[in-house]
Amino acid sequence: MAKKPVTFTLNGSDRAAFAEEGLNLLEFLRRGIGDLSPKYGCGQGACGACTVIIDGETHLACLTMADAVHGRKVETASGLANGKVHPLQEAFMEYFAAQCGYCTPGMLMSAKVLLDRNPSPTRADVIEAISGNLCRCTGYEPIIDAILATANMRARA
Amino acid sequence: MRVESYGTLAEAARAMGPDAVFMAGGTLVMRDVNAGTAASRIVRSADPALREIRASGDGFSLGAGVTMAQILAHRDLAFLAPVARAVGGPQVRNMATIGGNIFAHHPYGDFAVALLALGSRVVQAGQGGARSLDDVLRERGRSGGSSAIIAAIEAPRPRDPRAFGFLKVSRIKPKGVSVMSLAAHLPLEGGRIRGARVAFGAMGPAPLRSAAVERVLEGQRLDATTIARAAQLAGDGLDPPTDALASAWYRREVAGAHLKRLLEKMERG
Ligand SMILES: Cc1cc2nc3c(=O)[nH]c(=O)nc-3n(C[C@H](O)[C@H](O)[C@H](O)COP(=O)(O)OP(=O)(O)OC[C@H]3O[C@@H](n4cnc5c(N)ncnc54)[C@H](O)[C@@H]3O)c2cc1C
Ligand code: FES
Ligand code: FES
Repeated sequence: MAKKPVTFTLNGSDRAAFAEEGLNLLEFLRRGIGDLSPKYGCGQGACGACTVIIDGETHLACLTMADAVHGRKVETASGLANGKVHPLQEAFMEYFAAQCGYCTPGMLMSAKVLLDRNPSPTRADVIEAISGNLCRCTGYEPIIDAILATANMRARA
Repeated sequence: MRVESYGTLAEAARAMGPDAVFMAGGTLVMRDVNAGTAASRIVRSADPALREIRASGDGFSLGAGVTMAQILAHRDLAFLAPVARAVGGPQVRNMATIGGNIFAHHPYGDFAVALLALGSRVVQAGQGGARSLDDVLRERGRSGGSSAIIAAIEAPRPRDPRAFGFLKVSRIKPKGVSVMSLAAHLPLEGGRIRGARVAFGAMGPAPLRSAAVERVLEGQRLDATTIARAAQLAGDGLDPPTDALASAWYRREVAGAHLKRLLEKMERG
Protein backbone atom coordinates (compact mmCIF):
# COMPACT_ATOMS: atom_id res chain seq x y z
CA MET A 1 0.00 0.00 0.00
CA ALA A 2 1.17 3.50 -0.77
CA LYS A 3 2.59 5.56 2.08
CA LYS A 4 2.14 9.28 2.53
CA PRO A 5 4.23 11.70 4.55
CA VAL A 6 2.21 13.40 7.28
CA THR A 7 3.60 16.50 8.97
CA PHE A 8 1.78 17.89 11.98
CA THR A 9 2.16 19.30 15.47
CA LEU A 10 1.69 16.89 18.36
CA ASN A 11 1.36 18.50 21.78
CA GLY A 12 3.35 21.48 20.55
CA SER A 13 6.20 19.58 18.85
CA ASP A 14 6.61 19.23 15.09
CA ARG A 15 6.30 15.64 13.95
CA ALA A 16 6.58 13.88 10.62
CA ALA A 17 5.96 10.25 9.76
CA PHE A 18 4.71 8.08 6.92
CA ALA A 19 1.17 6.78 7.08
CA GLU A 20 -0.16 3.90 5.00
CA GLU A 21 -3.07 4.84 2.81
CA GLY A 22 -6.33 4.41 4.72
CA LEU A 23 -4.63 4.10 8.13
CA ASN A 24 -6.65 5.69 10.90
CA LEU A 25 -5.22 8.39 13.15
CA LEU A 26 -5.42 6.20 16.26
CA GLU A 27 -3.19 3.50 14.77
CA PHE A 28 -0.93 6.16 13.33
CA LEU A 29 -0.44 7.91 16.68
CA ARG A 30 0.03 4.67 18.61
CA ARG A 31 2.14 2.62 16.20
CA GLY A 32 3.64 5.23 13.89
CA ILE A 33 4.41 7.97 16.41
CA GLY A 34 4.51 5.99 19.65
CA ASP A 35 1.99 8.09 21.58
CA LEU A 36 0.04 5.42 23.47
CA SER A 37 -2.29 7.80 25.34
CA PRO A 38 -5.25 7.59 22.92
CA LYS A 39 -6.85 4.18 23.49
CA TYR A 40 -8.51 1.68 21.20
CA GLY A 41 -11.92 0.75 22.60
CA CYS A 42 -14.23 -0.04 19.71
CA GLY A 43 -12.82 1.31 16.46
CA GLN A 44 -16.38 2.39 15.58
CA GLY A 45 -16.87 5.79 17.14
CA ALA A 46 -18.95 4.51 20.02
CA CYS A 47 -16.69 4.69 23.09
CA GLY A 48 -14.61 7.87 22.86
CA ALA A 49 -11.47 6.21 24.29
CA CYS A 50 -9.55 7.43 21.21
CA THR A 51 -10.60 11.10 21.59
CA VAL A 52 -7.91 13.58 20.57
CA ILE A 53 -8.04 17.34 20.01
CA ILE A 54 -7.47 18.58 16.45
CA ASP A 55 -7.22 22.37 16.05
CA GLY A 56 -9.09 22.87 19.30
CA GLU A 57 -11.95 20.42 18.63
CA THR A 58 -12.38 16.88 19.89
CA HIS A 59 -12.29 14.20 17.22
CA LEU A 60 -12.44 10.43 17.27
CA ALA A 61 -9.01 9.25 16.14
CA CYS A 62 -10.35 5.82 15.12
CA LEU A 63 -12.66 7.44 12.55
CA THR A 64 -10.15 9.99 11.23
CA MET A 65 -7.75 9.23 8.43
CA ALA A 66 -4.16 9.77 9.53
CA ASP A 67 -3.36 12.17 6.70
CA ALA A 68 -6.28 14.42 7.69
CA VAL A 69 -4.05 15.97 10.39
CA HIS A 70 -1.41 17.05 7.85
CA GLY A 71 -0.54 20.67 8.72
CA ARG A 72 -2.77 20.69 11.81
CA LYS A 73 -2.34 20.77 15.58
CA VAL A 74 -3.06 17.58 17.47
CA GLU A 75 -3.28 17.32 21.27
CA THR A 76 -3.42 14.10 23.24
CA ALA A 77 -3.52 13.27 26.94
CA SER A 78 0.23 12.63 26.96
CA GLY A 79 0.74 16.37 26.38
CA LEU A 80 -1.35 17.47 29.36
CA ALA A 81 1.29 17.16 32.06
CA ASN A 82 3.81 19.92 31.59
CA GLY A 83 6.48 19.46 34.24
CA LYS A 84 3.70 18.71 36.72
CA VAL A 85 0.34 17.03 36.28
CA HIS A 86 -2.44 19.09 34.73
CA PRO A 87 -5.13 20.38 37.16
CA LEU A 88 -7.66 18.07 35.48
CA GLN A 89 -5.40 15.08 36.10
CA GLU A 90 -4.95 16.12 39.70
CA ALA A 91 -8.71 16.42 40.19
CA PHE A 92 -9.28 13.03 38.52
CA MET A 93 -6.92 11.50 41.11
CA GLU A 94 -8.45 13.34 44.03
CA TYR A 95 -12.03 12.44 43.09
CA PHE A 96 -11.32 8.81 42.14
CA ALA A 97 -12.43 9.58 38.59
CA ALA A 98 -10.21 6.83 37.17
CA GLN A 99 -10.57 3.20 38.15
CA CYS A 100 -9.21 1.01 35.36
CA GLY A 101 -8.22 4.26 33.62
CA TYR A 102 -8.98 3.12 30.09
CA CYS A 103 -11.48 5.89 29.39
CA THR A 104 -9.42 8.54 31.20
CA PRO A 105 -7.27 9.93 28.34
CA GLY A 106 -10.38 10.46 26.19
CA MET A 107 -12.35 11.93 29.12
CA LEU A 108 -9.50 14.36 29.80
CA MET A 109 -9.54 15.55 26.18
CA SER A 110 -13.28 16.20 26.25
CA ALA A 111 -12.97 17.91 29.63
CA LYS A 112 -10.08 20.09 28.44
CA VAL A 113 -11.99 21.41 25.43
CA LEU A 114 -15.02 22.09 27.62
CA LEU A 115 -13.03 24.12 30.18
CA ASP A 116 -11.04 25.94 27.47
CA ARG A 117 -14.31 27.16 25.98
CA ASN A 118 -16.44 27.46 29.07
CA PRO A 119 -14.51 28.12 32.30
CA SER A 120 -17.63 27.87 34.47
CA PRO A 121 -19.72 24.99 33.15
CA THR A 122 -22.88 23.74 34.82
CA ARG A 123 -23.28 20.09 35.72
CA ALA A 124 -25.48 19.70 32.63
CA ASP A 125 -22.71 21.21 30.45
CA VAL A 126 -20.25 18.65 31.83
CA ILE A 127 -22.61 15.74 31.19
CA GLU A 128 -23.14 16.96 27.62
CA ALA A 129 -19.38 17.44 27.08
CA ILE A 130 -18.50 13.87 28.10
CA SER A 131 -21.55 12.28 26.50
CA GLY A 132 -19.37 10.84 23.73
CA ASN A 133 -17.07 9.09 26.21
CA LEU A 134 -18.08 5.81 27.81
CA CYS A 135 -16.83 4.73 31.23
CA ARG A 136 -17.59 1.24 32.42
CA CYS A 137 -16.13 1.63 35.92
CA THR A 138 -16.95 4.85 37.72
CA GLY A 139 -20.64 5.46 37.02
CA TYR A 140 -19.58 8.93 35.77
CA GLU A 141 -20.35 10.84 38.98
CA PRO A 142 -16.70 11.06 40.14
CA ILE A 143 -15.68 12.21 36.64
CA ILE A 144 -18.32 14.93 36.60
CA ASP A 145 -17.30 16.03 40.10
CA ALA A 146 -13.63 16.14 39.12
CA ILE A 147 -14.31 18.35 36.09
CA LEU A 148 -16.53 20.71 38.09
CA ALA A 149 -13.93 20.86 40.85
CA THR A 150 -11.24 21.83 38.33
CA ALA A 151 -13.43 24.67 37.06
CA ASN A 152 -14.12 25.86 40.62
CA MET A 153 -10.49 25.69 41.57
CA ARG A 154 -9.50 27.74 38.53
CA ALA A 155 -12.19 30.31 39.29
CA ARG A 156 -10.82 30.74 42.82
CA ALA A 157 -7.20 30.97 41.68
CA MET B 1 -7.99 0.16 -1.23
CA ARG B 2 -6.99 3.52 -2.67
CA VAL B 3 -7.66 6.93 -1.18
CA GLU B 4 -8.02 9.73 -3.71
CA SER B 5 -8.13 13.41 -2.75
CA TYR B 6 -9.35 16.12 -5.11
CA GLY B 7 -9.05 19.88 -4.81
CA THR B 8 -12.43 20.55 -6.34
CA LEU B 9 -15.81 18.87 -6.10
CA ALA B 10 -16.09 18.76 -9.89
CA GLU B 11 -12.92 16.64 -10.09
CA ALA B 12 -14.17 14.39 -7.28
CA ALA B 13 -17.52 13.98 -9.06
CA ARG B 14 -15.73 12.88 -12.24
CA ALA B 15 -13.69 10.35 -10.24
CA MET B 16 -16.77 8.61 -8.79
CA GLY B 17 -17.88 5.25 -10.13
CA PRO B 18 -19.39 1.95 -9.02
CA ASP B 19 -16.13 0.94 -7.26
CA ALA B 20 -15.85 4.23 -5.33
CA VAL B 21 -17.38 5.71 -2.19
CA PHE B 22 -17.29 9.39 -1.28
CA MET B 23 -16.01 10.14 2.21
CA ALA B 24 -17.04 13.31 4.06
CA GLY B 25 -16.71 13.35 7.87
CA GLY B 26 -16.00 9.64 7.70
CA THR B 27 -17.95 8.71 10.86
CA LEU B 28 -19.63 5.91 8.90
CA VAL B 29 -17.22 5.29 6.01
CA MET B 30 -14.22 4.92 8.35
CA ARG B 31 -15.95 2.06 10.17
CA ASP B 32 -15.86 0.16 6.88
CA VAL B 33 -12.29 1.22 6.22
CA ASN B 34 -11.26 -0.06 9.67
CA ALA B 35 -13.13 -3.31 9.13
CA GLY B 36 -11.60 -3.78 5.68
CA THR B 37 -15.04 -3.78 4.05
CA ALA B 38 -14.91 -0.36 2.34
CA ALA B 39 -15.14 0.18 -1.42
CA SER B 40 -11.89 -0.24 -3.34
CA ARG B 41 -11.63 3.52 -3.92
CA ILE B 42 -12.33 6.22 -1.32
CA VAL B 43 -12.87 9.65 -2.87
CA ARG B 44 -12.41 12.82 -0.81
CA SER B 45 -12.46 16.51 -1.62
CA ALA B 46 -11.01 19.51 0.20
CA ASP B 47 -13.13 21.95 -1.83
CA PRO B 48 -13.82 24.88 0.55
CA ALA B 49 -17.31 25.23 -0.95
CA LEU B 50 -18.24 22.04 0.91
CA ARG B 51 -17.90 23.82 4.26
CA GLU B 52 -19.79 26.98 3.27
CA ILE B 53 -22.94 28.19 5.03
CA ARG B 54 -24.97 30.92 3.41
CA ALA B 55 -27.98 32.17 5.31
CA SER B 56 -30.30 34.90 4.09
CA GLY B 57 -33.67 36.22 5.19
CA ASP B 58 -35.78 33.72 3.31
CA GLY B 59 -33.49 30.74 2.88
CA PHE B 60 -30.18 29.10 3.55
CA SER B 61 -27.67 26.96 1.74
CA LEU B 62 -25.43 24.44 3.46
CA GLY B 63 -22.37 22.96 1.80
CA ALA B 64 -22.68 19.18 2.07
CA GLY B 65 -19.51 19.09 4.18
CA VAL B 66 -20.89 21.44 6.84
CA THR B 67 -20.67 19.72 10.23
CA MET B 68 -23.24 19.54 13.02
CA ALA B 69 -20.86 21.66 15.13
CA GLN B 70 -20.83 24.35 12.43
CA ILE B 71 -24.65 24.47 12.51
CA LEU B 72 -24.57 24.80 16.30
CA ALA B 73 -22.11 27.69 16.07
CA HIS B 74 -24.12 29.61 13.44
CA ARG B 75 -26.33 32.28 14.93
CA ASP B 76 -28.69 32.56 11.97
CA LEU B 77 -29.48 28.86 12.09
CA ALA B 78 -30.58 28.73 15.72
CA PHE B 79 -33.82 26.98 14.77
CA LEU B 80 -31.73 24.01 13.54
CA ALA B 81 -29.54 23.84 16.65
CA PRO B 82 -31.76 21.32 18.49
CA VAL B 83 -31.53 19.05 15.44
CA ALA B 84 -27.74 19.27 15.16
CA ARG B 85 -27.42 18.72 18.93
CA ALA B 86 -29.42 15.50 18.60
CA VAL B 87 -26.71 13.90 16.46
CA GLY B 88 -24.20 11.79 18.43
CA GLY B 89 -21.87 13.22 21.06
CA PRO B 90 -19.57 16.27 20.75
CA GLN B 91 -16.79 14.41 18.90
CA VAL B 92 -19.23 13.02 16.35
CA ARG B 93 -20.77 16.47 15.86
CA ASN B 94 -17.33 17.92 15.10
CA MET B 95 -16.96 15.38 12.29
CA ALA B 96 -20.44 14.40 11.05
CA THR B 97 -21.60 16.27 7.96
CA ILE B 98 -24.99 17.16 6.51
CA GLY B 99 -24.26 15.28 3.27
CA GLY B 100 -23.28 12.14 5.17
CA ASN B 101 -26.46 12.38 7.22
CA ILE B 102 -28.57 12.19 4.07
CA PHE B 103 -26.97 8.82 3.26
CA ALA B 104 -26.77 7.50 6.83
CA HIS B 105 -28.89 4.41 7.28
CA HIS B 106 -31.32 4.10 10.18
CA PRO B 107 -31.15 4.52 13.10
CA TYR B 108 -29.05 7.45 11.83
CA GLY B 109 -30.14 10.33 9.62
CA ASP B 110 -31.78 12.66 12.15
CA PHE B 111 -30.69 15.85 10.39
CA ALA B 112 -31.99 14.58 7.04
CA VAL B 113 -35.46 14.25 8.63
CA ALA B 114 -35.45 17.96 9.49
CA LEU B 115 -34.19 18.91 6.02
CA LEU B 116 -36.97 16.84 4.47
CA ALA B 117 -39.65 18.56 6.55
CA LEU B 118 -38.26 21.95 5.49
CA GLY B 119 -38.66 21.14 1.79
CA SER B 120 -34.94 21.08 0.95
CA ARG B 121 -33.40 20.85 -2.47
CA VAL B 122 -30.16 19.10 -3.28
CA VAL B 123 -27.46 20.46 -5.57
CA GLN B 124 -25.34 17.66 -7.03
CA ALA B 125 -21.69 18.23 -7.88
CA GLY B 126 -20.98 18.64 -11.56
CA GLN B 127 -24.69 18.96 -12.41
CA GLY B 128 -26.80 22.05 -12.94
CA GLY B 129 -30.05 22.73 -11.10
CA ALA B 130 -31.34 21.18 -7.92
CA ARG B 131 -33.46 18.12 -7.10
CA SER B 132 -35.89 17.73 -4.24
CA LEU B 133 -34.53 15.91 -1.21
CA ASP B 134 -37.70 13.78 -1.34
CA ASP B 135 -36.50 12.30 -4.65
CA VAL B 136 -32.92 11.81 -3.49
CA LEU B 137 -34.08 9.97 -0.34
CA ARG B 138 -36.63 7.87 -2.23
CA GLU B 139 -33.89 6.82 -4.63
CA ARG B 140 -31.57 6.07 -1.73
CA GLY B 141 -34.27 3.97 -0.06
CA ARG B 142 -34.56 1.90 -3.24
CA SER B 143 -30.90 1.53 -4.20
CA GLY B 144 -29.18 1.94 -0.82
CA GLY B 145 -26.81 4.69 -1.91
CA SER B 146 -25.77 7.10 -4.57
CA SER B 147 -22.75 7.50 -6.80
CA ALA B 148 -23.44 11.21 -7.27
CA ILE B 149 -21.85 13.66 -4.83
CA ILE B 150 -24.04 16.22 -3.15
CA ALA B 151 -22.50 19.69 -3.25
CA ALA B 152 -25.03 21.62 -1.18
CA ILE B 153 -28.49 21.58 0.33
CA GLU B 154 -30.80 24.56 -0.07
CA ALA B 155 -33.91 25.19 1.95
CA PRO B 156 -36.40 27.94 2.60
CA ARG B 157 -36.26 29.38 6.11
CA PRO B 158 -39.50 29.03 8.10
CA ARG B 159 -40.98 32.53 8.27
CA ASP B 160 -41.88 31.86 11.87
CA PRO B 161 -39.34 29.59 13.61
CA ARG B 162 -42.18 28.28 15.80
CA ALA B 163 -43.69 26.71 12.66
CA PHE B 164 -40.82 24.21 12.69
CA GLY B 165 -40.53 21.43 15.24
CA PHE B 166 -38.23 18.46 15.77
CA LEU B 167 -38.27 15.51 18.14
CA LYS B 168 -35.83 12.67 18.50
CA VAL B 169 -36.99 9.64 20.45
CA SER B 170 -34.16 7.65 22.00
CA ARG B 171 -33.71 5.39 24.98
CA ILE B 172 -30.48 6.97 26.24
CA LYS B 173 -30.02 10.69 26.88
CA PRO B 174 -27.91 12.41 25.80
CA LYS B 175 -26.49 10.71 22.72
CA GLY B 176 -28.77 7.72 22.26
CA VAL B 177 -29.61 6.81 18.67
CA SER B 178 -33.14 7.15 17.34
CA VAL B 179 -36.02 4.84 17.96
CA MET B 180 -37.46 7.39 15.56
CA SER B 181 -37.12 11.07 14.79
CA LEU B 182 -39.85 13.42 13.66
CA ALA B 183 -39.85 16.87 12.10
CA ALA B 184 -42.72 19.10 11.08
CA HIS B 185 -43.00 22.37 9.23
CA LEU B 186 -46.48 23.80 9.65
CA PRO B 187 -46.67 27.36 8.30
CA LEU B 188 -49.81 29.22 9.33
CA GLU B 189 -51.85 31.54 7.15
CA GLY B 190 -54.67 33.31 8.95
CA GLY B 191 -54.35 30.78 11.77
CA ARG B 192 -54.65 27.78 9.43
CA ILE B 193 -51.92 25.37 8.34
CA ARG B 194 -50.88 25.89 4.70
CA GLY B 195 -48.23 23.62 3.17
CA ALA B 196 -47.82 21.07 5.98
CA ARG B 197 -44.73 18.88 5.77
CA VAL B 198 -44.22 16.10 8.31
CA ALA B 199 -41.25 13.73 8.11
CA PHE B 200 -40.21 10.61 10.00
CA GLY B 201 -36.78 9.02 10.42
CA ALA B 202 -36.16 5.35 11.23
CA MET B 203 -39.69 4.61 9.98
CA GLY B 204 -38.75 3.38 6.50
CA PRO B 205 -35.74 2.54 4.35
CA ALA B 206 -34.84 6.27 4.38
CA PRO B 207 -36.42 9.34 6.03
CA LEU B 208 -39.87 9.83 4.54
CA ARG B 209 -42.90 12.10 4.71
CA SER B 210 -46.29 11.04 5.97
CA ALA B 211 -48.86 11.98 3.34
CA ALA B 212 -51.72 10.85 5.61
CA VAL B 213 -50.67 13.12 8.47
CA GLU B 214 -49.99 16.07 6.17
CA ARG B 215 -53.47 15.68 4.66
CA VAL B 216 -55.32 15.88 7.99
CA LEU B 217 -53.26 18.88 9.11
CA GLU B 218 -53.66 20.88 5.90
CA GLY B 219 -56.08 23.78 6.19
CA GLN B 220 -56.76 23.12 9.89
CA ARG B 221 -55.97 25.00 13.06
CA LEU B 222 -53.33 23.29 15.19
CA ASP B 223 -55.63 22.38 18.09
CA ALA B 224 -56.37 19.32 20.22
CA THR B 225 -58.87 17.84 17.72
CA THR B 226 -56.52 18.15 14.74
CA ILE B 227 -53.60 16.79 16.75
CA ALA B 228 -55.63 13.77 17.87
CA ARG B 229 -56.65 13.02 14.26
CA ALA B 230 -53.05 13.36 13.04
CA ALA B 231 -51.77 11.10 15.82
CA GLN B 232 -54.24 8.41 14.85
CA LEU B 233 -52.84 8.30 11.32
CA ALA B 234 -49.16 8.55 12.27
CA GLY B 235 -48.18 4.99 11.31
CA ASP B 236 -50.08 5.07 7.98
CA GLY B 237 -48.02 4.32 4.89
CA LEU B 238 -44.77 3.98 6.86
CA ASP B 239 -42.64 0.87 6.72
CA PRO B 240 -40.62 0.86 9.95
CA PRO B 241 -37.62 -1.44 10.35
CA THR B 242 -36.96 -3.91 13.13
CA ASP B 243 -33.55 -3.49 14.70
CA ALA B 244 -31.81 -3.84 18.05
CA LEU B 245 -33.56 -0.70 19.35
CA ALA B 246 -37.17 -1.52 18.54
CA SER B 247 -39.37 -3.77 16.46
CA ALA B 248 -41.38 -2.52 13.49
CA TRP B 249 -44.55 -3.24 15.50
CA TYR B 250 -43.35 -1.11 18.42
CA ARG B 251 -42.31 1.77 16.18
CA ARG B 252 -45.69 1.81 14.45
CA GLU B 253 -47.49 1.49 17.77
CA VAL B 254 -45.77 4.50 19.41
CA ALA B 255 -45.50 6.79 16.35
CA GLY B 256 -48.84 8.44 17.18
CA ALA B 257 -47.88 9.19 20.78
CA HIS B 258 -44.65 10.85 19.69
CA LEU B 259 -46.29 12.83 16.89
CA LYS B 260 -48.82 14.06 19.45
CA ARG B 261 -46.00 15.20 21.74
CA LEU B 262 -44.28 17.06 18.92
CA LEU B 263 -47.46 18.77 17.70
CA GLU B 264 -48.51 19.71 21.23
CA LYS B 265 -45.12 21.27 21.80
CA MET B 266 -45.55 23.26 18.56
CA GLU B 267 -49.09 24.26 19.54
CA ARG B 268 -47.76 25.72 22.79
CA GLY B 269 -45.26 27.71 20.67
C1 LIG C 1 -20.99 7.12 17.85
C2 LIG C 1 -21.86 7.59 16.73
C3 LIG C 1 -23.08 8.16 17.00
C4 LIG C 1 -23.89 8.62 15.98
N1 LIG C 1 -25.09 9.19 16.30
C5 LIG C 1 -25.88 9.65 15.32
C6 LIG C 1 -27.13 10.26 15.63
O1 LIG C 1 -27.51 10.37 16.80
N2 LIG C 1 -27.89 10.71 14.62
C7 LIG C 1 -27.51 10.60 13.32
O2 LIG C 1 -28.24 11.05 12.45
N3 LIG C 1 -26.34 10.02 12.99
C8 LIG C 1 -25.51 9.55 13.95
N4 LIG C 1 -24.34 8.96 13.63
C9 LIG C 1 -24.05 8.67 12.23
C10 LIG C 1 -23.22 9.70 11.48
O3 LIG C 1 -22.21 10.24 12.30
C11 LIG C 1 -24.03 10.87 10.94
O4 LIG C 1 -25.16 10.39 10.28
C12 LIG C 1 -23.23 11.78 10.02
O5 LIG C 1 -23.99 12.91 9.67
C13 LIG C 1 -22.66 11.12 8.80
O6 LIG C 1 -21.86 12.05 8.15
P1 LIG C 1 -20.31 11.81 7.76
O7 LIG C 1 -19.85 13.05 7.09
O8 LIG C 1 -19.53 11.33 8.88
O9 LIG C 1 -20.51 10.64 6.70
P2 LIG C 1 -19.46 9.70 5.97
O10 LIG C 1 -19.10 8.57 6.86
O11 LIG C 1 -18.36 10.49 5.37
O12 LIG C 1 -20.41 9.18 4.80
C14 LIG C 1 -21.61 8.47 5.10
C15 LIG C 1 -22.32 8.12 3.79
O13 LIG C 1 -22.75 9.30 3.11
C16 LIG C 1 -22.16 9.39 1.82
N5 LIG C 1 -21.84 10.80 1.60
C17 LIG C 1 -21.22 11.63 2.48
N6 LIG C 1 -21.16 12.87 1.98
C18 LIG C 1 -21.74 12.82 0.76
C19 LIG C 1 -21.97 13.79 -0.27
N7 LIG C 1 -21.59 15.06 -0.13
N8 LIG C 1 -22.58 13.36 -1.39
C20 LIG C 1 -22.98 12.08 -1.55
N9 LIG C 1 -22.79 11.12 -0.61
C21 LIG C 1 -22.18 11.49 0.52
C22 LIG C 1 -20.95 8.50 1.87
O14 LIG C 1 -20.58 8.05 0.61
C23 LIG C 1 -21.42 7.39 2.78
O15 LIG C 1 -22.20 6.49 2.08
C24 LIG C 1 -23.49 8.49 14.64
C25 LIG C 1 -22.23 7.94 14.34
C26 LIG C 1 -21.42 7.49 15.37
C27 LIG C 1 -20.08 6.92 15.03
S1 FES D 1 -11.99 3.54 19.67
FE1 FES D 1 -12.61 5.35 18.73
S2 FES D 1 -14.54 5.66 19.60
FE2 FES D 1 -14.02 3.72 20.40
S1 FES E 1 -12.26 4.11 34.60
FE1 FES E 1 -12.53 2.18 33.65
S2 FES E 1 -13.66 2.75 31.89
FE2 FES E 1 -13.62 4.58 32.96
